[in-house]
Amino acid sequence: MLQIENLSAEIGGTKILDGLSLSVGAGEVHAIMGPNGAGKSTLAYVLGGRPGYEVTGGSVRFDGKDLLDMEPHERAAAGMFLGFQYPVEIPGVSNVQFLREALNAQRKHRGEEPLNGGEFLKLAKEKAALLKLDMDMLKRHVNVGFSGGEKKRAEMVQMGILDPSFAVLDETDSGLDIDSLRVVGDGINAIMRQPGKGVLLITHYQRLLQVVQPDYVHILSQGRIAKTGSADLANQLEAEGYDKVMAA
Amino acid sequence: MSELATHPTRPTRRDEAWRYSAVEALEGVDLDVWRDITIAPGESWSECLVIEDGADTAATELRRLRIDIGAGARCAIFAIAAAAEYARIEIEVRMGRGAHFEMGGITVGGRDTVREFVTRVVHAEPEATSNQTVRSVHWGKGTGNFLGSIDVVRDAQKTDAAQDFKGLLLDRGASVNAVPQLEIFADDVKCAHGATVGQLDETARYYMAARGIPPELSRRLLVQAFIGDALVGLSDDDTRERLMRVALDKLDKHL
Repeated sequence: MLQIENLSAEIGGTKILDGLSLSVGAGEVHAIMGPNGAGKSTLAYVLGGRPGYEVTGGSVRFDGKDLLDMEPHERAAAGMFLGFQYPVEIPGVSNVQFLREALNAQRKHRGEEPLNGGEFLKLAKEKAALLKLDMDMLKRHVNVGFSGGEKKRAEMVQMGILDPSFAVLDETDSGLDIDSLRVVGDGINAIMRQPGKGVLLITHYQRLLQVVQPDYVHILSQGRIAKTGSADLANQLEAEGYDKVMAA
Repeated sequence: MSELATHPTRPTRRDEAWRYSAVEALEGVDLDVWRDITIAPGESWSECLVIEDGADTAATELRRLRIDIGAGARCAIFAIAAAAEYARIEIEVRMGRGAHFEMGGITVGGRDTVREFVTRVVHAEPEATSNQTVRSVHWGKGTGNFLGSIDVVRDAQKTDAAQDFKGLLLDRGASVNAVPQLEIFADDVKCAHGATVGQLDETARYYMAARGIPPELSRRLLVQAFIGDALVGLSDDDTRERLMRVALDKLDKHL
């Protein structure tokens, strides 16, 4: 459902992605690992259309459509979800208002009827419970005063409510304690481990991959996929480190 | 008395209280119209002032209030200047012992409009409290001003006065001016004032876009959150919604 071909991108004139190719089919979870500075977050932001990230070559097709031709909000409406490494605080806007506006904007874009307040709250309660996030947190302003772990759980509640067909999760496991990691991992499985959905999981650690088991693991290095393997590759990396695995 | 004698001089921008005003728009406007309000000790009085587009709205709109707040009385004013080429809401307040003055103000506007609040709050007796919050959102070549002076007389100990202004500029040509002026002659007082000016948080807008919110809607939500600060002290939901609607309609229509 996602085909990245020979993708190159730069930030402020510095080349970060350099001919990256990757294909994720429906029902698959792909993990992307790689040393610091390899371009993992850049890949996430390029897929999410963040301003400042300039695509200089290659193509990305999402469900057969040209993803790079869409505005960020159109990508979301088309079913793409970007989980942020550093979720953004929005003072003055409650989570409930933010997510209802987001969901209804997506529905409108797809020609669907908006959810009313009651329907939305029911959905929000259900997804908050799935991620064990107190419903009161959703009445507060978006991410304001949330701990690192709460922000990541809130991201997954957002994903549950918006119900995307494809998720790019950028270090969703960073800043999580062991229990939270399990809750977030179970949440990803419940929301995204479905036929017809795909996940690109960017992570530094193999721990999340024990909960959300990937079908493929890729090592990103110097802006391109340097090695691809099964879930075992993550274990091997954990045991031996990047240098040794890459040299093999 | 002749007209000339009543107004020996028209205000100019050299006058402190008219420094950023559209003084040229005052031609033919009666500057002597003040509304005087006296709030008896212990009483409460509140008012919602709205300058919005309408058949009666003139090119220049002046609202001038002089308020005497008696001992232990409360006064709350929530106001929005969202129409007229030049709109000015001017409030002079004299506060008795233990009185409270609450003011929330919003200016919005584009093109080359000027919309402003000018307040002078006199803490004339001890233990009075005042709180003023003004939010200005401007675009095009629009200007928003807040000139707020707080005078604390020598005997007005235990005064607690706060003034907070924030401006949000949506276009490069827009501007806001904040002139806080504090004159404090008592020694046991708290006076706080703050003024900032900024642009929309583009990181927040991108985050919203990544969740499916289109640019017009994210701007509206952020502006709503921004001006909401000025209405925090307003307990009446209907009035709050009305003021908010006037501001956001203006934004929707003219942006």
